[in-house]
Amino acid sequence: MLIERYIYLAIALFCIGIVGVLARRNAIIIFMCIELMLNAVNLLLVAFSKMHYAAGVAKNATAGIDGQLFVFFIMVVAAAEVSVGLAIIVMMYRNTHSVDVNFLNRLKH
Amino acid sequence: MNNVLHLVWLVPFFPLVGFLITGLLRKQLSKPLISIIGSGMVLASFIVSVLLFTEVKNGNTYVANLFDFISFGTLSIPFAFQIDQLSSLFLLIITGIGFLIHLYSSAYMHEERNEHFGRFFSYLNLFVFSMLLLVLGANYVIMFIGWEGVGLCSYLLIGYWFKNVEYGNAAKKAFIMNRIGDLGFLIAIFWLIAKLGTVTYSTPEGTGVFDLFQKLTRTDLIGITLLLFVGATGKSAQIPLYTWLPDAMAGPTPVSALIHAATMVTAGIYMIARSNVLYTMAPYTQSVVAAVGLATALFAATIAIKQNDIKKVLAYSTVSQLGYMFLGLGVGAYTGAVFHVMTHAFFKALLFLGAGSVIHAMHHEQDIRKMGGLSKKLPITHATFLIGCIAIAGIPPFSGFFSKDEILAFAYAKDPLYYYLGVAGAAMTAFYMFRLYATTFRGTFRGTEEQKHHLHESPAAMTIPLVVLAILAAVGGFIGIPESIMPDAHKLEHFLEPIFAKSNEIQMAALPEHHTEINLMVISVALALGMIIFAWFRYSKKPELNEPAGFGKVLADKWYIDELYNFVVVKPLNGLARFMNSFFEKKVVDGMVNGVGRLVNYTSRQVRLLQSGLVGNYVLLMVLSMLALFIVKFFIKK
Repeated sequence: MLIERYIYLAIALFCIGIVGVLARRNAIIIFMCIELMLNAVNLLLVAFSKMHYAAGVAKNATAGIDGQLFVFFIMVVAAAEVSVGLAIIVMMYRNTHSVDVNFLNRLKH
Repeated sequence: MNNVLHLVWLVPFFPLVGFLITGLLRKQLSKPLISIIGSGMVLASFIVSVLLFTEVKNGNTYVANLFDFISFGTLSIPFAFQIDQLSSLFLLIITGIGFLIHLYSSAYMHEERNEHFGRFFSYLNLFVFSMLLLVLGANYVIMFIGWEGVGLCSYLLIGYWFKNVEYGNAAKKAFIMNRIGDLGFLIAIFWLIAKLGTVTYSTPEGTGVFDLFQKLTRTDLIGITLLLFVGATGKSAQIPLYTWLPDAMAGPTPVSALIHAATMVTAGIYMIARSNVLYTMAPYTQSVVAAVGLATALFAATIAIKQNDIKKVLAYSTVSQLGYMFLGLGVGAYTGAVFHVMTHAFFKALLFLGAGSVIHAMHHEQDIRKMGGLSKKLPITHATFLIGCIAIAGIPPFSGFFSKDEILAFAYAKDPLYYYLGVAGAAMTAFYMFRLYATTFRGTFRGTEEQKHHLHESPAAMTIPLVVLAILAAVGGFIGIPESIMPDAHKLEHFLEPIFAKSNEIQMAALPEHHTEINLMVISVALALGMIIFAWFRYSKKPELNEPAGFGKVLADKWYIDELYNFVVVKPLNGLARFMNSFFEKKVVDGMVNGVGRLVNYTSRQVRLLQSGLVGNYVLLMVLSMLALFIVKFFIKK
C-alpha cells in the first residue's frame, strides 16, 4: 500500500475544493467545496493513522489511534458547521432571493 | 569667631518677611500699618547691618553656609552669605538709604489706594531683599539670584502704574535690556564652572575662584571678565545698554531714587569690585571697562545738558556718574569706585527725593520750564537739593569732590587723556546740575496760578530723609581724604584693603605725585566752579523755555540712540517675527502638521480599497497569504 497515492488523492480533492471556493459564487457550492477540503484532510488523517498502525502495532497497541479519533472530531464539527451554515444560507436567500455570495457586500456600506 | 556675625542671615530675612506681609495682607492692613511694617523691616536689617559693620571693622569676617543649594558631581554650590569689608559697606548703603526711601515713600505715595500702597511696599521690600542677596552671596550663583531678583523688581516697580501703556513699555525695556546683560553674566558663570569647577569667591582651603585664578589662561580671563562686564553694562546702565535707565523714570520717584542710588545700578560696580583680582589679571578688559565708562560718562553728560524733565536730567547724570565709577574700576582705582558708589548713593538719593518733593508740590509736574522760583516756597527741599548739586558737581569739602577726584587722579596716572576727558565730563556735570537747579529754584514761577496757590513744603516724613541725606552728602567724603591733603586720612582705603589685597600684590594702581594731584584737583574744582557760576547766572535770569534747535535738538533727542536701536535691532526683529509668522509658521510648521494628516488620510483611502466586501476576494487573499506563509516556512531557510 503506497501512502503517496492517498496523498495525491487528498491533494487533488483539496485543490478542487480551493478552486471551487475561489471560483464559484453560489453559496451552496462553496459550502460543498469546503466539505470537500475537510474530507481531503480526513482522508489524509485516516491514511496516515493506518500507516502508523501498521508500522508500530508491535511496540504500541494504540499506535495510529489519534488520527482516527481526529477524523470523528472533524466530522462532528463539520456537521455542526453545516447546520449553522445552511441556516445562514436560508436566511440569505430570504433576504436577497439569491444564493450568490457577491450580493452580500452590503456590510461594506 | 564672633556670635554677632552669625546673624548675617537676618539682614535679608527682614525685608523678605516684610515683602510677604505687605504683599499678602495688602488688602487687610491699613496704610500706616503697611508703611510701618515695610519701613520697619528695612530699619531692622539696617540695625543688624550696623552691628555687623562694627564687627567687620574690628577685622572679623565670616562666611555663613546656610545649606547646600546645588550639589552635583564635583560641583558644589552652597547657599552661603559672605560678610566682609566690601559687603558690609554695601549693606549699610542699601539698608540705610533704603530705609530713608521707604520712609519717604510712606508720605509720597499716600494718594494711592490701600492695596496698591501695599503692593508698592512689598515690591520695595523685595527689591531690598534681592539686592541684599546679591551683595551677601558668597558665590556667583547666589549673586546671580539677587541679580535676577533686582531685575524683576525693577520691572515691577517701573511698571507700578501699569495702566499706563508707556510706563509698561518702559518696564519691559528695562527688563529686556537687563536680560541681555544677564546672559553675559550667566555665560561667564558657566565658563568659570567649566574651567575651575567652582563659583565660590574664596575659601580658607584655597579652592575658590580668587584662589585658583592663576589656573586660567589669558583667553579665559579676558573672556570671563568681558562677559561679566557685559552683565555689568546691563545692570549699571553703560553704553550700549544704558537706554533703559532714563526710561525707568516712569516709576514713582522713590523708586527712581532706590534704583539709582542704593541698589540695582551699583550691582555692576559691586560685581567688578568683587572680582577685582580677575580684572587686574586681564589688563585688556580693564582698558575696555575704562573706555566704556569714560565714553558713557561724557555721552550721558551731553544728553543731560538739554533735558527739560527734572527726573530725566538726574537719570542721565546717574548714567554719567556710573561711567566715572567704571572708569575708576578700569584704571584699577577699586577703592575710588566703591567710594564713589557710596557718595553717589548719598547725593543721588538726595537729589531724586528732592525732585520727588518738587514734583509732589507741583502736583506731578516734571517739566522744569514750568517751575522756577521755588526756593522760597520749598525752603528745606531747596537747601538740601542745593547741597546735593554742589556735592555732585565736586566742590570741596562736599562728598562728591573726594570720590570723583580720587578716580580722576588714578585716571591721570594711567593715561592723562582719561583725566582730561573726565574733567570735561565733570565740568558738564556741574553745568547741567546747576542749569537744573537755577531753572527750578531761581527766577520767577512759571507754572499756572492754581499750582502756585498749592505750592507747599512736603510733610516731615519726606523732609527728614532729605535732611539726613543732605548731611551725609555734605560730610560723607571725609572718610576718604586723599593722602596728598592729609596723610593717613583715607579711612575707607584702609578699611577695604583686605578685599583688594590680591590685586594690589599683582599690580598696585599708581597715584600721581602729591603736588600733581593737588594741581589736578585745583583744575577740576576751578572748572566746576566756573561752570556753576555761569549756569547759575545764565539760567536764573533767562531760563531756556523754547524748544531746542540745531545741535541742541540732537542732544535733547538723546543723540537719536533710541531711534537707532529701534531701526537696527527692533525693526529687523519685528520683520523677522513677521516673516516667521506669515511664512515659517504657515508653510513649514503648519505644512508639516497638515502633511502628516494628509498622508494618513491618503494611505487609508488607498488601503480601504482592499475592503471590497466581496467574499471571493477575501478568500483569495486568505489562500494567497497562506501560500506565502508556506513558502516562508518551508522554502526560505534562515
